[in-house]
Amino acid sequence: MPDNSPAFVPAVEVRNLSAGYNGHVALEDVTFSVERGCLAGLVGPNGSGKSTLLRVMLGLHKPWRGEVRISGPPGRSGRGHIGYMPQSELVDWSFPITVVDVVLMGRYGRVGLIRRPGGRDREIAMAALERVHLAHLAQRRIGELSGGEQRRMLIARALAQEADLVLLDEPLAGLDATAQHDLLRLLEELRREDKTLFVATHDLSCVAANFDHAVLLNRKVVAFGRPSEVFTEQLLAAAFQRHLLVLPGGERTLVGP
Amino acid sequence: MNELLYLLREPWTFEFMQRALIAAVLVSVVAAVVGSFVILKGMAFIGDALPHASFGGVAIAFALGFNLHLGGAVAALLTALSIGFIARRGSVRYDTAIGIVFISGFALGILIVSTQSGYVVDLFSFVFGNVLGVSWTDVWLTVGLGAFILIAVALFYKELLFTAYDPSMAAATGVPVAAMQYGLLALIGLTVVIALQVMGIVLVLAMLVAPPATAQLLTRRLPPMMAIGALVGALSALGGLYIAWYADVSASAAIVLTATGFFFLAFLFAPGRGLLWQRRFVLTESA
Repeated sequence: MPDNSPAFVPAVEVRNLSAGYNGHVALEDVTFSVERGCLAGLVGPNGSGKSTLLRVMLGLHKPWRGEVRISGPPGRSGRGHIGYMPQSELVDWSFPITVVDVVLMGRYGRVGLIRRPGGRDREIAMAALERVHLAHLAQRRIGELSGGEQRRMLIARALAQEADLVLLDEPLAGLDATAQHDLLRLLEELRREDKTLFVATHDLSCVAANFDHAVLLNRKVVAFGRPSEVFTEQLLAAAFQRHLLVLPGGERTLVGP
Repeated sequence: MNELLYLLREPWTFEFMQRALIAAVLVSVVAAVVGSFVILKGMAFIGDALPHASFGGVAIAFALGFNLHLGGAVAALLTALSIGFIARRGSVRYDTAIGIVFISGFALGILIVSTQSGYVVDLFSFVFGNVLGVSWTDVWLTVGLGAFILIAVALFYKELLFTAYDPSMAAATGVPVAAMQYGLLALIGLTVVIALQVMGIVLVLAMLVAPPATAQLLTRRLPPMMAIGALVGALSALGGLYIAWYADVSASAAIVLTATGFFFLAFLFAPGRGLLWQRRFVLTESA
């Protein structure tokens, strides 16, 4: 396990976390950590608490017990520096706002109350757009973007925030194969730039093939580690309450019903 | 030519028409700016609820002999904040909370009016609006409150925008989202207060919704949407007062119908988004 090696620097540590809504338990004694500069997948069936976990990590929902510790470079740690890509259907795509306006929102936390973002903030926002190859669409209305462009815009917002840890909620859902491929490539590039990406997803095969870590969640952490260790038929059956087939095929491991 | 100029100038030679114009233009501009948030957040029902609920406050003030505007203002603000409070508790749906709160206020108003014997014409000017009857005091009150609302939106524009567009992310980045949501409700409440005397309870909603909805069809970003909405509102006020003067009809109704007329023009002819534009596009494509 990497825990013993001195190079292991956790970007986020979740300890003994329990949370829920109106007495209903959504997360129970959840403990895991995500290494810096890695691509980690959060998988589990519907209602397993994935979105609640992301909300608690962002500080949007108060946990009953336990803690979330975010570490970053000195003086830069803390919640304001977590990037977030919400589920696409939770975003109001009809809102009259341009692509660069949304990316600029990543700067708002640093700009502070009442003050306006300045030229430096605009430069950073444009650089973030260039990084995700969307600079040419900066002045577009967000409603005119394709599915893949929408996700890349939200990643650019996290980059403009200068977030070292980015939480992504179902970033691959509803994209065609090419757009999925491009987005994964982008996530892998960001990982190489020492960003930590924590991705809630239903795409088990994708996590098995491309991710460094996987957290298998069903209210509790069923398993946590390398995808090859986590995606065994016994552990998946424990998490999903049904049998899933794991087909290890050299480069690609397929997971399905 | 001189004839036309004379016709254009004639209404404004009367002081009550000058007062009406200042009040109506100001109210329309403020309502368009605040109303932009109202239509983007699907809060039109609140825009209808607040003026109705304020009738309860107006009636109480009337019965007790207090200032009617003050009564309406207190009721509108209380309603706005209690809707926000009930909705944030999350145990009933947002529109249910609005429905219950506003109809209580309106029913209370009717109940109190039914106990008043004699002439209640003052109250009816609140129901249907009485822009031609505004005093200079009313005008200055409108200027003061209107300036306050516009300055508040300008100061907190960044936070209001972020909260309206993406409340979760706004909260995660440290924007005081609850304060912004209550603040927006209070600003809508204040807008309703200054709009009441000009537009009347029944027609306030139109000025919150029609000019920004027109502007939304013509713009791609929120700041120009507010600006064009304000322009459409101001032109509706001007046009409506001319119509009221020359056709001798209700001023508030004429203002509202001018505004909705602008909306239908934009709905039909807006470049790229209007109905006719889309039809022509389809025709040239199939040709």
